[in-house]
Amino acid sequence: MQTLEPVLAAHPFFKDLKPEHLQVLVGCASNVRFDGGQYIFKEGEEADTFYLIRHGTVALEMAVPARGGVTVQTINEGDVLGWSWLFPPYRWHFDARATELTRAIALDGKCLRDKCEEDHNLGYELVKRFAQIIELRLQATRLQLLDIYGHAPGR
Amino acid sequence: MAMLQVAEPTAAVGPVVPRLFRVRGRRRETRDTITVDLQAVAPADESGFTPGQFNMLYIFGTGEVPISISGDPGRVDFLAHTVRAVGAVTQSLAAMKRGALVGVRGPFGTSWPVEAAEGSDVVIVGGGIGLAPLRPVLYRLLARREKFGRIVLLYGARTPGDLLYVRELERWRSRMDLDVEVTVDAAAGSWRGNVGVVTTLIPRAPFDPASSVALVCGPEVMMRFTVRELQARGVRDDRMFLSMERNMKCGVGQCGHCQYGPFFICRDGPVFPYGQIAPFFRVREI
Repeated sequence: MQTLEPVLAAHPFFKDLKPEHLQVLVGCASNVRFDGGQYIFKEGEEADTFYLIRHGTVALEMAVPARGGVTVQTINEGDVLGWSWLFPPYRWHFDARATELTRAIALDGKCLRDKCEEDHNLGYELVKRFAQIIELRLQATRLQLLDIYGHAPGR
Repeated sequence: MAMLQVAEPTAAVGPVVPRLFRVRGRRRETRDTITVDLQAVAPADESGFTPGQFNMLYIFGTGEVPISISGDPGRVDFLAHTVRAVGAVTQSLAAMKRGALVGVRGPFGTSWPVEAAEGSDVVIVGGGIGLAPLRPVLYRLLARREKFGRIVLLYGARTPGDLLYVRELERWRSRMDLDVEVTVDAAAGSWRGNVGVVTTLIPRAPFDPASSVALVCGPEVMMRFTVRELQARGVRDDRMFLSMERNMKCGVGQCGHCQYGPFFICRDGPVFPYGQIAPFFRVREI
């Protein structure tokens, strides 16, 4: 039977991960698909999964009174969606909506948390990879906050 | 691999004497940005330009501003300039009606290295109104499409309403021989495109870093982060080209207003190989 191991190994997030760690992750992984417009999760819901996007685009949104859903970021093929499963209180902070047909690998966060407690090497490897993603997104957010295209005094 | 150089600045005829042009047409791009087409009053004053160059536009009685040429370099019958109305002169320019007179000096400065990029992938990264000086080079690349590898346009703006050349972007996106990715910093839920800064497009853009030439124009902060991402992808410093901006006044390297380290932006730039300006790029005092 074909497993998801080669799919996980091919995703940029798990590049060069040790085979024994990949085998552990496969046990927590499943194939999922979302239609365009479908919500993957909503703010406040329990965060018990994260997603490796294989195809498609996901919008991270926040409902703002009088403005509706404001998109703060889009996540594309090759990206990772969701890290709230790693940190208490394990609740999503944004809505995630597929903007087109999106295919992904879902990884069971609860299952992974247990496995990371059992194997700290795996836990450290995962946290390192998520920390890098968080750092990149923080840098991008800081650049967004600078509003670099905003009005500047001119001639 | 030979080091790429920007094209030498072309000598403008009578560089301190404005030639008379008339507003031939104008198009609103966004709420504060328009594109003005200028036609020479005397046919002898028609002049070509190379992509990346700028003109000094003189609004009589108001003042003079440096504005990048944003039109097709293959057309010599008119000059297009995309202007964001942010000050007295640009607001006057943006408000001009068809037939109004404008003084034009130029074209000035260096240009994007189109010939030197032949045989390479070309990555164009534009931010905000920085797409305007890049549009001529895209016209030129597409006119000679067979001479280049992949051509990738990555464009970022503040919101969907701030995107320039929307119809052209749609046309470019529909081409099979051009990869176009657009992103905005903020959007309502009705926007179906990317949201995030333009640099987030670079890691997944389809180009071969080892054989790519990158052309970058936008706010300087954006270009700093863009250079970092391009370096992370493996693009060499001497194959990245940036269009710099300072307070250009004379256009011919005499007045010193646009000094940038040992360079004058108006004469030695605005297009520089990143390797040439890298020592000064993060010096706050410059």
